[in-house]
Amino acid sequence: MNLKELYQEIILEHGKNPRNLRKTENFNKDAKGHNPLCGDKVHIYLKLNENKKVEDISFEGSGCAISMASASIMTDLIKGKEEAEIKEIVKDFLSMIKEKPTLNSRNLKEDEKTKLMCLSGVKQYPMRVKCATLSWHTLTTAIDNTQQVINTEEMDI
Amino acid sequence: MDINNIKSQFPIFKEKINGKSLVYLDSANSSQKPLSVVNRIYDFYTKEFSNVGRSVHHLAVTATNLYENTRISVQKYINAKDKDEIVFTKGATEAINLVAETFGEKYLKEGDEIIITELEHHSNYVPWHFLRKTKGIKIEFAEINNDGEVTLESIEKKITNKTKLIAFTHLSNVTGAILPVKEITNLAHKKGIPVLVDGCQGAPHLKLDMQDLDCDFYAISCHKMYGPTGLGILYAKKKWLDELPPYQGGGGMIDWVKKNDIGYGKLPNKYEAGTMATAQVVAFNESIKFLNSIGIKNIIEHEQILMEYGKETLRKNNSVRLIGNPKNKGAVLSFTIKGIHPHDIATILDEDGVAIRAGHHCCQILHEKLNINASARASLGVYNTKDDIDNLNSAINKCKKIFDLK
Repeated sequence: MNLKELYQEIILEHGKNPRNLRKTENFNKDAKGHNPLCGDKVHIYLKLNENKKVEDISFEGSGCAISMASASIMTDLIKGKEEAEIKEIVKDFLSMIKEKPTLNSRNLKEDEKTKLMCLSGVKQYPMRVKCATLSWHTLTTAIDNTQQVINTEEMDI
Repeated sequence: MDINNIKSQFPIFKEKINGKSLVYLDSANSSQKPLSVVNRIYDFYTKEFSNVGRSVHHLAVTATNLYENTRISVQKYINAKDKDEIVFTKGATEAINLVAETFGEKYLKEGDEIIITELEHHSNYVPWHFLRKTKGIKIEFAEINNDGEVTLESIEKKITNKTKLIAFTHLSNVTGAILPVKEITNLAHKKGIPVLVDGCQGAPHLKLDMQDLDCDFYAISCHKMYGPTGLGILYAKKKWLDELPPYQGGGGMIDWVKKNDIGYGKLPNKYEAGTMATAQVVAFNESIKFLNSIGIKNIIEHEQILMEYGKETLRKNNSVRLIGNPKNKGAVLSFTIKGIHPHDIATILDEDGVAIRAGHHCCQILHEKLNINASARASLGVYNTKDDIDNLNSAINKCKKIFDLK
């Protein structure tokens, strides 16, 4: 285990100053998620245009450095992307955190991949994987607009 | 008190965690086990095992005697009047559920009130919530004061002529507040209200004298008392166990069975349906021997010194904020650090072998009241030393460094 890999500069920085930590005005999709074990909460707001492209995304919530950084980096990165692209990126991200530490999505630019890879250290801390994935699962439900509340204890992280 | 001798009885401290010596500060969650307890389980299964209370063969008699011996040891340890007032359960959680369900069934109806406190662990709230759903009872929360304690007056304020039971913790697993059990019980009894005490944190760290405390029910978690998991104890005054209906039905708890009716067994069998956690019960006798070998007076003194030292150390550390400041405080140090989430603290501390708990510690009501999502908690046991506190403090400083805090 390596703390430096987990708490990289970029994670600490995003954790301290999370981007898009606010509520989007006139959002048209949203979803809530929480982790009942630790009490972390996230609420994601999406504003999609008629072409299903993300015009704005924001989140409200509280949590550890990992979960705040993950939500911050995620919201930064998917702005301007289309629904279908986002779903593919989420899948790629989850597999990077849970399975092999690589990103293969065609929808991610190299610098975006580098940013996301900063979260790959979480894989070595099984108890912390949920912190990193909570906002991503919540993003998926927001896109699907199922109004389902994500509960990390009820899913295969 | 010879701390080296005590620590040497716990094999876990020979293990390395991330290459470091273990600094175990999570005893409020569960305590470590002395070798005598572990060996007792092995010996019981390898030399003496049989089911208890059923057969007449040699091993059955041996196992039954061992099982009942623990009941008598527990009775003595907590100074209960009668050995039949000791009921083994699968945990303190089951002990409280047992009371909630049977007491609720017999005595509670819509509009009746139960008083609990804002300090309660979920296990002393959820069972009463079930009754709120099924029976329509009301749950009143006695409030904490600014020091994170619940006073006699705070409970008194909630008592009405509809109050049917008062249930509260002996020692808060977050603020460490020790509640005045005797005074609350005295007040409640004057008004004819029975009292249940959640003794999960009280039992391992305080002197237990049921006849002196005079409470009606006291729930104990054995794995927090240097004993095995899967075992709890419900102490209840005999009159309640006689009066309340049975909890679970099955083998061992019956007197006679016919097609049209069933008679229930006498105490303590009435509440011990099915094959119990026999090996755990037998091994728990060793936990009591271990506690007696040190003496509760010495344990209290040792833990109080450590707690005061911990309080002082953490107070001196800038940016650490202790949760609660009760006048009577057990060996629990919950804290937050501005700018670092408790989960990050716990992960970083773990790297140095320092095991603490982070989260809401099953006390969401309390954390909501304190307006925090989570806290970090260092809780002490009989094996802890001042070095452990110093190691905790150094590891906290490492956290601050990583997060660039002064």
